[in-house]
Amino acid sequence: MNFIEMITNAGGGHLLANAPALVVAIPLIAGAVAVVLGHGKLAWVWSVLIALVTFGFSLILLQSVLGGETITYAMGNWPAPLGITYHIDALNALLISLVSAMALLALLYGWPMVEREIDPKKHAMFFGTFLLCVGGLIGVAIAGDAFNVFVFLEVSSISTYVLVAMGAQKNRQALTASFNYLILGTIGATFFVIGVGLLYMATGTLNMADISRILADSEGNRVVRAAFAFIVIGLGLKTAMFPLHTWLPNAYTFSPSMIGVFLASTATKVAFYILIRFLFSVFHAGASFETAMFDFVLAPMAMVAMIVCSVQASFQSDVRRLLAYSSVAQVGYMLLGLSLGTAAGLAAGLLHMFNHALMKGALFMAVGLAGLGLGITRVNELRGLGKTMPLVAAGLTVAGLSLIGVPLTAGFISKYYLVIAVLERGWWWAVVAIVVSSVLAIFYVGRMIEAMYLQNPPTPSAAHESDPPIQVRSPVLSMAALYVLVIGSVWFFFDPSLPKGLADTAAGLLIGGGGL
Amino acid sequence: MSWTPELGLSLLLILPGLGFAGIVLASKAPNIRDGINLLMGALLLANVVALVNVVGTGARPSLMLTDLGGGLALQFTLEPLGAVFAAIASSLFLLNTIYGIGYMRANKAKNQTRFFACFAIAIGAAMGVAASGNMLTLFVFYEVLTLSTFPLVTHNGDEKARRGGRIYLAILMAASIGLLLPAVIASQVFAGTTDFMVGGFLSGHVGPVVAGVLLVLYTFGIAKAALFPVHMWLPNAMVAPTPVSAFLHAVAVVKAGVFTMIKMVVYVFGIDMVQASPVAHWLAILAGITIVVASLIALSKDNLKARLAWSTIGQLAYVTLGAMIATPLALMGAALQIIMHAFGKITLFMCAGAVYSANQTTDISKMNGMGKVMPLVFIAFFVGSLSIIGVPPFAGAWPKLVLLMGMTSAGDRWLMVALVLSSLLNILYLLPVAVNAFMKKPNPAMVATLPASKPPLLTVLPPMLTAFCTLVLFFMVGPIMNYLRPVFEGGGL
Repeated sequence: MNFIEMITNAGGGHLLANAPALVVAIPLIAGAVAVVLGHGKLAWVWSVLIALVTFGFSLILLQSVLGGETITYAMGNWPAPLGITYHIDALNALLISLVSAMALLALLYGWPMVEREIDPKKHAMFFGTFLLCVGGLIGVAIAGDAFNVFVFLEVSSISTYVLVAMGAQKNRQALTASFNYLILGTIGATFFVIGVGLLYMATGTLNMADISRILADSEGNRVVRAAFAFIVIGLGLKTAMFPLHTWLPNAYTFSPSMIGVFLASTATKVAFYILIRFLFSVFHAGASFETAMFDFVLAPMAMVAMIVCSVQASFQSDVRRLLAYSSVAQVGYMLLGLSLGTAAGLAAGLLHMFNHALMKGALFMAVGLAGLGLGITRVNELRGLGKTMPLVAAGLTVAGLSLIGVPLTAGFISKYYLVIAVLERGWWWAVVAIVVSSVLAIFYVGRMIEAMYLQNPPTPSAAHESDPPIQVRSPVLSMAALYVLVIGSVWFFFDPSLPKGLADTAAGLLIGGGGL
Repeated sequence: MSWTPELGLSLLLILPGLGFAGIVLASKAPNIRDGINLLMGALLLANVVALVNVVGTGARPSLMLTDLGGGLALQFTLEPLGAVFAAIASSLFLLNTIYGIGYMRANKAKNQTRFFACFAIAIGAAMGVAASGNMLTLFVFYEVLTLSTFPLVTHNGDEKARRGGRIYLAILMAASIGLLLPAVIASQVFAGTTDFMVGGFLSGHVGPVVAGVLLVLYTFGIAKAALFPVHMWLPNAMVAPTPVSAFLHAVAVVKAGVFTMIKMVVYVFGIDMVQASPVAHWLAILAGITIVVASLIALSKDNLKARLAWSTIGQLAYVTLGAMIATPLALMGAALQIIMHAFGKITLFMCAGAVYSANQTTDISKMNGMGKVMPLVFIAFFVGSLSIIGVPPFAGAWPKLVLLMGMTSAGDRWLMVALVLSSLLNILYLLPVAVNAFMKKPNPAMVATLPASKPPLLTVLPPMLTAFCTLVLFFMVGPIMNYLRPVFEGGGL
């Protein structure tokens, strides 16, 4: 890449060599700086700048692992097992890029919402916490050390609790939602750290590559199995694996609009990633207890989630809660792909993770804009949006179609590969679950589309029926961010090579028993 | 730049795309907008005619639209069956556009720009279905067709239209995503490809049981063919303005369904596999039942459009029946039925719309004596009826004859009974409409309430033209059969 060479030639070589550390450190440090900046808009500009730089570094990392290479970076040049290592391959490079890109888009999108929803005095705190959250999520994705993963998981989670609670100015229920999330999230984190502790007991190391190596050589014993159980449950909570998902709908519904966008497209994705990392790289997918868990726990739970949560979504009257339940159902698709235990299944799950981030981000953005312009929070209030906010309604429609998995949208591609992977494994009953869930998606997305296009906008008492409905304008930057995601949801149907290639490479690494 | 078949294939999508853009941009100037629409229709027809000629010489033009990687591609390959479907759709689209402009203006309909813009997308999708070179491409355009016609069905925007539209979308989408898509993906898994192939790409890759299951998934997944029990969307779509009904019933939507049905039998499973499958036999019987029951229900309807809708369900089942019997002759009959029914049914719908434009009537019982007010409309209706019933010298006679011949060779007596019974029922439910319009005296009370105005000219000429076409097509059946023959005798691709 010319751009990279340019920087290298300009003497930025050490910057690039330390990109793995910087991509985490920059947002974390900048978060603290943002708080000092004080003035609201300044903090926002600063955050956008930082998100841009972080995104740049994540692209550099992505570029260097596109061919299937892996990078191991030793913090402070202390090699493992003494020092802490960061580990980058196709799998987490995709995820780090996703998180930093979504952070940037959410920030570009979010200023008008933040201005409306958050007390100006808290703006600096808000953006500072947001950057901490971004840094934490990237840290989870990049860390090659089990305890470090826990630390970053807590950094991102605690900042998320704060961010969700900041929705309280809009709706006091955000406080209970956040508290609920705090309790369950902490239980999840505790389970995870107990699991890591047990692994340390069994192997004497916290470096994930070392743990993996020692576990491969040793016979599985009860301590390892207990560690496995704790880690899967702990991360399952964070991933919103059914039935551990109860924190999610409220947290998504009542958080500030910008946070809803960011969480929906990143938080569960990162947890899903670390679950994959532990299941396939640290433990070994071939182990008998793991295969049994895939077949008898993960796959059935995934299918139950796909169907039950789609039904629940169909009956929601709050738009954001509808989308939140749909998210749990979509996590089910990803987990189903994972539980197949094949490279094709894993790749399909990862591809769906990527596509779902795009479409769900777009959906939350569109709903947020409708809320900003017209104060809409419920499905039936969407009526006539096709006339009052045509561009927002169009974006919502395209992303919704992608959620259903209609051809010409990215959602079709990932469902297509998932069904193929499922059939290759011979699980035809899982196809039934996918189909039922997709049909239910037609139903709940259809409700929104019907309200937007087939019902007339509510007429103010002073106006006449025949008056053309007043169009409501949306902030330009927010619209641009929305349309980046909407166009992405269509673009990756026609050219899925980037996410598909990365997902295939990552799945190949993981199934090969390596990946660390 | 000179015209090449490959360019022609891309123009199938480009022209409707440009038409769509032009219609949207010219929304403030209705005359320019409708002019663009007609120009697009005419160019599309010319393009399709050129393509039909190329395919007739034995060429099979092919075009890669986009390669999605991993063995998935959107790709066009035009063969005779698709060329014929494209020809019907584009020619009737042009007539229907003329008619639609007249109808929408006469009825002072709202949102005409949106209306014609959706039409442009829908005809592009129909072209995509016609030209698709693999099942995935066909599925993609099939879905686009469903989605783009949804705003048309709900065009009136009232509670009835919404309800009809909801059922339309729910049944078509649920069937295609719930049944057709899994079938397509399963085909991909079993055969490693979904490229259409002579003899069927599934043959040799699946056993009889799997083939039977897939056949059921395909047959009901193609809900646009309206085989019982996935037929309910059709009567419910009747809430749409008449040009939409004509488009649904004759031009694109149901035709795309039955076209896919034949294409599926010939190129997905292969004629031999379907003939050997006992499942196909049961599906043929179901089609026979659909034919008779739908005709009986049509008889009970007083609303003209509802009667025509149920008649369409019955007539479509002829195609499914022919496809499931799957002898070359029966398939030929099915293919002819697509063509001939299209011209007959569009005539009937346009006449119904002309009557409605003149005096807002949809009830058959109120049409007594109207033949004297608008003789041309009811003459056209009469001709269309005769064609649907299957009376020579009108086009509809051939498909029934060829289908019967095909069934004789397959030796299925009871299905033949169904066919004959249905023709009798056709006489009972179609002929009285035109006959009473001429012969019966109008009800005096009715005369007072109805304005006896003349229908607008633009809504009368198109049905007269299509009625005339049914006569012409009767004599052109030889060339058409010669054109289609390779498809059913192993030379389709």
